[in-house]
Amino acid sequence: MTKPTLLAIAGAGHEYDPPVSSGPSDQELPAWSLDRETARDQVQPSVWPLGDAREWALSGSTGAGVRVCIVDSGVQADHPRVGGVAEAVVVSETDAGELTVTADHDGDAYGHGTACAAIIRGLAPDCRLHSVRVLGGELTGTGRMLLHGLRWAIDQHFEVINLSLSTTKSRFVPELHELSDRAYFRGSLVVASAHNMPVESFPWRFPAVLSVGSHAGHDHLEYYANPDPPVEFAAPGVDLELAWLDGGTIRATGNSFATPYMAGLAALVLAKHPGLRPFEVKTALRCASSNVRSAV
Amino acid sequence: MSAAGVGSGGLDDEAGRRFLLQSIAELTRAVFGARACSIMRSDPATQELVFEAVVGEGAGTLVGQRISARTGLAGWALASEEPIAVSDVRRDPRFARDVAEDTGYVPTAISVYPLLHGERSIGVLNVLDQGASERVGLADMEVLGRIATHAAAVLALVEDARRADAGEDQFSRLQGRLNSASPRRRAAAADALDALRRLLED
Repeated sequence: MTKPTLLAIAGAGHEYDPPVSSGPSDQELPAWSLDRETARDQVQPSVWPLGDAREWALSGSTGAGVRVCIVDSGVQADHPRVGGVAEAVVVSETDAGELTVTADHDGDAYGHGTACAAIIRGLAPDCRLHSVRVLGGELTGTGRMLLHGLRWAIDQHFEVINLSLSTTKSRFVPELHELSDRAYFRGSLVVASAHNMPVESFPWRFPAVLSVGSHAGHDHLEYYANPDPPVEFAAPGVDLELAWLDGGTIRATGNSFATPYMAGLAALVLAKHPGLRPFEVKTALRCASSNVRSAV
Repeated sequence: MSAAGVGSGGLDDEAGRRFLLQSIAELTRAVFGARACSIMRSDPATQELVFEAVVGEGAGTLVGQRISARTGLAGWALASEEPIAVSDVRRDPRFARDVAEDTGYVPTAISVYPLLHGERSIGVLNVLDQGASERVGLADMEVLGRIATHAAAVLALVEDARRADAGEDQFSRLQGRLNSASPRRRAAAADALDALRRLLED
């Protein structure tokens, strides 16, 4: 299917007005319409959660088979808490000013990406970790590299993309918006960190991504659906023991580290229920959160 | 150096600019009971961070010193435009070694905040070994974030003032050379300025 469904709004004085069939060709349909003849059946791969949503969404899952990409400062693959990465690439700029994606053999310049990888691995031990390094080289052009790395990750159809980064630069907002929507429609869940300071930054503000802030708890499965978005979820992000450079650990604080908790949880959901769309994963995580319960 | 009694805090001269930045570092250190606090400016040309103001450990020796902006926690905060608070930084051997070499003092805890002005990351604010608690809580981060926003605004004003000084210096030098130039050269300079004016009008 290349075009989304166009539906009139039922109720509120409007009657549902299905698209007029145009026969075997869809040439006469308006743009962004769906020819019903080409609308193939879609089977919901799993029964939607009823009863104990956490049991349905997370219980027993190890993240097996789910591909999780970390767009960050690189990952130290041989860190004991990371347990290897399936693939590591780096975004760099040629002398001609073109951005390229090549194999990355340099690991992690800062430790930040390694910390994120280890958190995901801790929650979803059998997921497949991938690393895209967009920070750690030249300090100029970091926004462009972030966008390029994110675009590359979306093109690889990773089921989950962890983005514990954002940009304050408004010139990148339209492209980030387009990329967030592209990921959403292609079935990649971008899990994005809310900024830790009172500044405007993106893409975490876009509803197509899953945005994450911090709470002060330390239970790995304690997370909250925020009743007052734009930050949608809060996960552990304060004074955490984190994997860091040279195989070591540090204790640190930041929304950056809450984000991979939600990415790891998303991997657990997708391993148990393959094929869920990003909005379904969001809803499943909301239903399974520490502060949402069924009314019945 | 204590900020108290140092200059008027105006932007007209370098002493006043230093006072403004130093007073923010002093205030931050006092609020958090920290062992040290510093403000660093980014120098994109050299990819380094330059100490602009230091209170507590390192005061008196670090101002003007430079460290690489491409590694470490300060480099991370500058590049990612995100703060980071580490409560046991000595467990990062690379950080401990680099900081010991650069500054002579290795803290236990450090919070590093990017100084974001407009859409640029123009420096970082460092808080070392805050006294009340080794942990940096969410409330602390909120306050530090607001101080960093203020520090960024002041650092941007300081940078603007320095650029204005540099521009005035250039104009003064240019004017001096024109005054002593031959009539033919003054006419050529006038033509060049006229061409520049037309270019800018387009």
